[in-house]
Amino acid sequence: MTGPADQPAAELAGGSPGERPGRTGASLGGDSGGVLARVVREHAGRLAASLISLLGDFSAAEDLVQDAVEIALRRWPVEGIPERPQAWLYMVARRRGLDVLRRESNYRAKLAQLRWPEPQAADDRLRLIFTCCHPALAPAARIALTLRVVCGLSTAQIAAAFVVPEATVAQRITRAKKKIGQAGIPYRVPAAEELPERLASVLAVIYLLFNEGYLSSTPERARARDLVDDAEWLAALLAGLAPGEPEVGGLLALIRLHRARDAARFDEHGRLVLLADQDRSRWDHHAIEEATALLTGVARAHRRPGPYQLQAAIAACHAEARSFEDTDWAQILVLYDMLLHLAPSPVTRLHRAIALCRVHGAAAALAEVDALEPDLVSYGLWHATRAELLRELGEAEQARACDERALDLTANPAQQALLAERLTWT
Amino acid sequence: MKYVLMFIETEQFSRQLEAMGELEQRQAYEAVGQWFADNAEVITHHTHLGPAHTATTLRLDGASPVVTDGPYMEGKEVVSGFAEVEVADLDEALKLARSWPACPIVEIRPAS
Repeated sequence: MTGPADQPAAELAGGSPGERPGRTGASLGGDSGGVLARVVREHAGRLAASLISLLGDFSAAEDLVQDAVEIALRRWPVEGIPERPQAWLYMVARRRGLDVLRRESNYRAKLAQLRWPEPQAADDRLRLIFTCCHPALAPAARIALTLRVVCGLSTAQIAAAFVVPEATVAQRITRAKKKIGQAGIPYRVPAAEELPERLASVLAVIYLLFNEGYLSSTPERARARDLVDDAEWLAALLAGLAPGEPEVGGLLALIRLHRARDAARFDEHGRLVLLADQDRSRWDHHAIEEATALLTGVARAHRRPGPYQLQAAIAACHAEARSFEDTDWAQILVLYDMLLHLAPSPVTRLHRAIALCRVHGAAAALAEVDALEPDLVSYGLWHATRAELLRELGEAEQARACDERALDLTANPAQQALLAERLTWT
Repeated sequence: MKYVLMFIETEQFSRQLEAMGELEQRQAYEAVGQWFADNAEVITHHTHLGPAHTATTLRLDGASPVVTDGPYMEGKEVVSGFAEVEVADLDEALKLARSWPACPIVEIRPAS
């Protein structure tokens, strides 16, 4: 539930130390898993989109793509990535389809028509995204389905990324596909009047994916898949497919602004570094500039502020500050007020309290944080924030007790390590 | 596709309806009548159920059938009616349900 626009105290949660999303690369070098994943990602969704259009059956089409992806994941590391990966995937899916859909003469006839390159190669992935993120599907199912169908992850990769049993992911996907077919969830871009709500559902999936990757990442953790990379890729894809929607650009800018600070988020021992203590020379200032320009561009062009644009604006304030002290806290406070107006949330109020502390002092901030107790008493970050404020007010004993409580409530190992360390020197 | 929209009343909704004046109540019923008229083309069948306290439930899974007073599930939310509709897909069924002017919950199920 922590938003990644999360600020100083929340920098207990930092950015993912992932590699930059270089898109292509046909050779399998050192980072072969990453290259492989990216090549699959570029092509699997397109293949799924064409097969669904062709067969008119989401589930059957998706099965074929998944089979083709699994064959690719087995063979490409050995044989090398084919020169035309998409043609290869098309061929395999087609052959597989003619094979497994033996009894479905209707499907076989359609599959026989499948050609690569496609005659009308419009990018159909927007329909695919809207179907996978349909609000009639359970939230966990939307995420799993989007990763598998749009990003081309295998069930095993999704399970590894979320640290859940493969059977759980498989079941979620099977159920979701059944629901799409049986409940008649359409395969199309929603009509204009439904678009704002449906787009919000898509953005929420990407945001959750980003959060999951961002918050759970530690340098030690062997990442089967960099979810942050997938989230950025999805946001960029969506921004290309739906250029008239400023919140999409806002989310993309938000993700990029956080990733730009990756290098400074962990120290050489792999421990989380708080925003206040990060070495800002290690931030990617070029990426920060680009993301800020993207955000300013969409905000100016559309003049329709929304929660993602505002969170990105807050992240930009942090990213552009030369030091923690130089941060434009007054501006951040205004942005938080706007954000709370559009999307009230106790967690956002908690983050706002940090800016409040810088502008109006720790006592005012503590009063605000204390008012959130009924909502956030079982949230580790609430206790950690209280600890920081109490420490600033000279209440060391009370602060320690809060840190201990925070440690009890925090599941993330990197955050735990940080709190444990703070307890050793306070 | 064929869907059934199940209209579900909440306790609060029934209380509000009871508390209404005669004119208001008539307007509420007229809004429902209008909704059925507006969507007559896609509604293939519809039923308004009597109130939950008039229900009788029969359980056939025991040694002998058991008859009890009241609905099969006692709850604060009860089904008060059904409409069977024929539309292209779930989004169209949702659009229809969104414009429903009466009780606050609508469950949508594909039907055959």
